[in-house]
Amino acid sequence: MFNWFAQIGHISISFFSRLGKEVILFFQTTACFADLLSRPGLIIQQIFSVGVRSMLIIIVSGFFVGMVLGLQGYNTLVDFGAEESLGVVVALSLVRELGPVVTALLYAGRAGSALTAEIGLMKATEQLSGLEMMAVNPVERILAPRLLAGIISMPLLAAMFSAVGVFGGYLIGVEMLGVDSGSYWSQMQAKVDYHQDVLNGVIKSVVFGIVVTWIAVYEGYSCTPTSEGVSSATTRTVVNSALIVLGLDFLLTALML
Amino acid sequence: MSNSRTLEILVGLFVSLGALALLILAFNVSNMQSFGSGSHYTINASFSNASGLKTRSAVTIAGVTIGRVVDIVVDPESFEAVVTMSIDKRFDEIPVDSDAGIYTAGLLGEKYIGISPGGAPDLLEEGSEIRLTQSSIVLEKLISQFLFSQSKEG
Repeated sequence: MFNWFAQIGHISISFFSRLGKEVILFFQTTACFADLLSRPGLIIQQIFSVGVRSMLIIIVSGFFVGMVLGLQGYNTLVDFGAEESLGVVVALSLVRELGPVVTALLYAGRAGSALTAEIGLMKATEQLSGLEMMAVNPVERILAPRLLAGIISMPLLAAMFSAVGVFGGYLIGVEMLGVDSGSYWSQMQAKVDYHQDVLNGVIKSVVFGIVVTWIAVYEGYSCTPTSEGVSSATTRTVVNSALIVLGLDFLLTALML
Repeated sequence: MSNSRTLEILVGLFVSLGALALLILAFNVSNMQSFGSGSHYTINASFSNASGLKTRSAVTIAGVTIGRVVDIVVDPESFEAVVTMSIDKRFDEIPVDSDAGIYTAGLLGEKYIGISPGGAPDLLEEGSEIRLTQSSIVLEKLISQFLFSQSKEG
């Protein structure tokens, strides 16, 4: 009987202590951002590895998602004689939802897993302890630039995804299925609002950037320093990011709609 | 040296591409240039029926959008719909005796407010009210009127 309570207590204490450690580490990391500005080289290198290298997959998938939206939207709208509204359908679904969410999922798979594996291996090969021995703070040298780079890259990637997707929809809708080019753009511009829709998507992608990059960085930093530990931390990064991104997306949409 | 230079060039390219995409979203996909931040003033109008009108519906003069509906509430005493409109400051010379009507774009399209300018020398300003209004046409009412008049004749 008491064992049972003790177990519940143990689980909750370890849950909250993990949460507390994570939050403290998060604030320690963000506190390093100001010092980081004096060494932009570190950030540039990380933007290269998380942002520039994810660009190809983001642009290609954005293009295909846009084309699929064009096809599907046209097939549904043509029944109502409303195929001129195709631009609105494509742009709103991309800017408000698919842009930030799909980008975050792809980013977690492409950049998040790499971040976790990199930091986990640094820990397994005791490079992090080595840094500490040399009086270099690994939080400042390793975690902060990666987190900042992720926060900078995500909105840019999501914007590229949406923009390319709109052109993909244009290609299918206007060039292939014969929707009038003028009404594709003009209806889109009439219905998509800058503050309500575009900024909404940007806010979402910034939040996803913080969350996904932080999960990746933290999982790597806190993993068991063995090859098995690194591999399970990498898996956790992708699974947790996907779940949290989708859950948060619902919350953010409900809050901002 | 040359290695870090290519790195910087690639990152610069990435950031400017992202900024370009944001600009495309702002100016080409959304309607920021035509009705963006700029300064506004608000006016009111009461309608006996504002069905189909929504916040963010367009307010037009001669078919050109000059503002948006920002709020629709029911006046608790007269039971009329009080519609608050935010009008672009560039169009601040609308006479006070202008009249506002709720129209439909196309047969089943969106409702919008059309303002026909009057001729009075005084102008509408922040918080003033348009007195002459014409309510929205409810299609069901029209159809039922038409059907009943038909059945009386036949």
